[in-house]
Amino acid sequence: MKVAVGMNSCSLAAGAQHIYDHIEKKLKGSEIELKKVGCVGMCYREPLVDVIEDNTSTITTYGSVTEDMVDRIFEEHLMDGKPIEEWVVKRDWYEDGVRKTWDVDEYFSKQRKLIMENSGYIDPESIEEYLENRGYEALKRALKMKPEEVIDAITRAGLRGRGGAGFPTGLKWKFTREATGEEKYVVCNGDEGDPGAFMDRNILEGDPHRVIEGLTIGAYAVGASKGFFYVRAEYPLAVKRLTTAISQARKHGMLGRNILGSDFSFDAEIKEGAGAFVCGEETALLASIEGRRGMPRPRPPFPAQKGLWNKPTCVNNVKTLSSVPWIIRNGWEAYASIGTGKSRGTTIFAFAGKIRRGGNVEVPMGITLRELIEEVGGGTEKGVKAVQIGGPSGGCIPERLFDLPVDYESITSTGAIMGSGGMIVLDKDTCMVDVAKFFLDFTVKESCGKCTFCRLGTKRMWELLDSITSGRGKEEDLHELEELALTVKSGALCGLGQTAPNPVLTTLKYFRDEYTAHIEKRCPAKVCRDLIKYEVIGEKCTGCRACALVCPTGAAVGERQKVHTISIEKCIKCGRCYEACKFDAIEIKDLGAEQDG
Amino acid sequence: MVIIPYLKELDRNESSLISALQETQKVFGYLPEEALEEIAQYLSVPVSSVYGVATFYSQFRFAPLGKYVIKICHGTACHVMGSGNIAQALEEDLGIKEGETTGDGLITLERVACLGCCSLAPTIMIGDRVYGRMTHDKMRKIIRDIKRGKL
Ligand SMILES: Cc1cc2nc3c(=O)[nH]c(=O)nc-3n(C[C@H](O)[C@H](O)[C@H](O)COP(=O)(O)O)c2cc1C
Ligand code: FES
Repeated sequence: MKVAVGMNSCSLAAGAQHIYDHIEKKLKGSEIELKKVGCVGMCYREPLVDVIEDNTSTITTYGSVTEDMVDRIFEEHLMDGKPIEEWVVKRDWYEDGVRKTWDVDEYFSKQRKLIMENSGYIDPESIEEYLENRGYEALKRALKMKPEEVIDAITRAGLRGRGGAGFPTGLKWKFTREATGEEKYVVCNGDEGDPGAFMDRNILEGDPHRVIEGLTIGAYAVGASKGFFYVRAEYPLAVKRLTTAISQARKHGMLGRNILGSDFSFDAEIKEGAGAFVCGEETALLASIEGRRGMPRPRPPFPAQKGLWNKPTCVNNVKTLSSVPWIIRNGWEAYASIGTGKSRGTTIFAFAGKIRRGGNVEVPMGITLRELIEEVGGGTEKGVKAVQIGGPSGGCIPERLFDLPVDYESITSTGAIMGSGGMIVLDKDTCMVDVAKFFLDFTVKESCGKCTFCRLGTKRMWELLDSITSGRGKEEDLHELEELALTVKSGALCGLGQTAPNPVLTTLKYFRDEYTAHIEKRCPAKVCRDLIKYEVIGEKCTGCRACALVCPTGAAVGERQKVHTISIEKCIKCGRCYEACKFDAIEIKDLGAEQDG
Repeated sequence: MVIIPYLKELDRNESSLISALQETQKVFGYLPEEALEEIAQYLSVPVSSVYGVATFYSQFRFAPLGKYVIKICHGTACHVMGSGNIAQALEEDLGIKEGETTGDGLITLERVACLGCCSLAPTIMIGDRVYGRMTHDKMRKIIRDIKRGKL
């Protein structure tokens, strides 16, 4: 028997280290092996603990594990061999060598794991475990093919870039291969700048060898001898695991001179980002690797022609590269048979926001948004209002359009973009104008300042949104906002500016009524501080003083066992009383409605 | 020459500049002026470029940090889950704004765009550790632990 604990950043944030330490103590002196694995994507049930039976390889997964639970699992399951069924959230077993999965939430029923096939199952710090799971088999096979044949397989598979724009990967490789130049580079884009996305982090932390294998195959296909992993600074664990994996790969002859005895030589190193969103854009990213300010430049020339130090360079996203080993191992036909239309294979989404099951899911292209969000993600407690997809470059898709399939073309038709996989699910308590303003605030801060449209245009849009959310907006502002958005979209130099207006345009398109409400000094979701007030509901208040104790300004007052009050003048609307009240006796109301009436 | 020892592993050219700044910041907690000049010399890059790069990326700072740096996530998921309120409460409790350090040099507040643990929003990061599902209450406990030197 073995015990495994999910130990990615998300798991650690949920307390997995304590659980690991506790299990380690309990297992001292026993035969049972304890290991660390990545994350299967069930972040909402972290910390996760697996019990693996040696003879059948059946995996029983316990969710939301506490130290007390560990004690019982130890006694009953590990010692007596009786799983504690009421705590089991997932079970895996093998049929004819194929892994089958069951789980309580039916979270995995509609998922299809290609990229994440190892995530949460193997120890990311062990190349041996990767090798046992057919790791580097694709590289071996690719090295026996001609580079053109590798490119051909990727093209026929129909793989498109998972970094956002969806450019056909085979074609990009072909352009780089055909570009003139002795020296060429490949780059793995692990910048994952979309604030609210964590797919790439999960792969880098959970199965780093897969990314190395994908990049190495890419290098062989395009004829590069040197590669870079660009990983954002906020991901220390991803950097650590990737560093370990690279040195293991070198020792095993998967990187370095004459890889696997062939005459192909290639090596790669990590460059850590330094906290600039625009560096996710490929030309800015390359500038950053060169050690300069990460400012985009106009394309063409594309990096495939002139990239790093003006040499042909192929930039691919983490998920794109992680799909490559599966395609080469299983054949392009198998990959192309999954998906829909011009979007083949699977992709990963990161669920966050108000959704019940936050985590990473891998699904076939073509699944509808409704299946994805309601069935896989479990919807939200208060009903789904919209989903924000594609981050600062994307948009908000309203619930009524959820029958659309998830593919590049359908998503783009809504005014959003597929993006790299961040999905923030929103409910009635989310203010759409506030969301639009949030993204503008982000782009204003992240604009590199090179072009005027982006530098000043986004700033002016933010000012308009700020005035609308604080109740100073006028009807004309909406037109001005729309006009500005379109101007910035057409005039900006790079993808950042060109797509920055999308969150505004989509919310204006689908949630105009919310904008109008703000102009009438009402925030329907009760989020915008200048338009709301906190009030005590007399019938529910028990006079417990909880609100008065947490109130930082002395706005909430009252005597023990008497109904409390909140002073509008003193209240800074921090929401602490609302959180502290155990009796739901505080409500948030429109400030404007009262004043008008 | 204070900084050269740990720069030795880097290639002596412009492409090492960001790594050099990162290494320097790891040692000092910020980028001291002399270090920037030394890096410029060592990598044969104009001092102006070193400043240009150092000021472009939000990771770099030019003043010493507190003993504990609390990074408050303001990513999309954290925003819709109420990171604004958490940040405000922290600012009030500590009497400093994001980007500042407490007078006793104990705590620095920083804002970051996303910590990649969005499913546990709202999140904060202290050192290399992420804390998920933050509430005012949890925050207060963490601050208390920091002040007692127990974190
Ligand atoms: C503002 C901006 C930010 C971007 N951020 C990322 C990112 O974080 N990760 C990523 O893979 N691609 C990002 N991209 C897309 C890259 O420019 C590039 O298209 C991608 O890395 C190519 O890889 P792919 O073909 O595998 O998708 C961004 C683009 C823009 C315009
Ligand atoms: S949005 Fe806060 S961790 Fe991603």
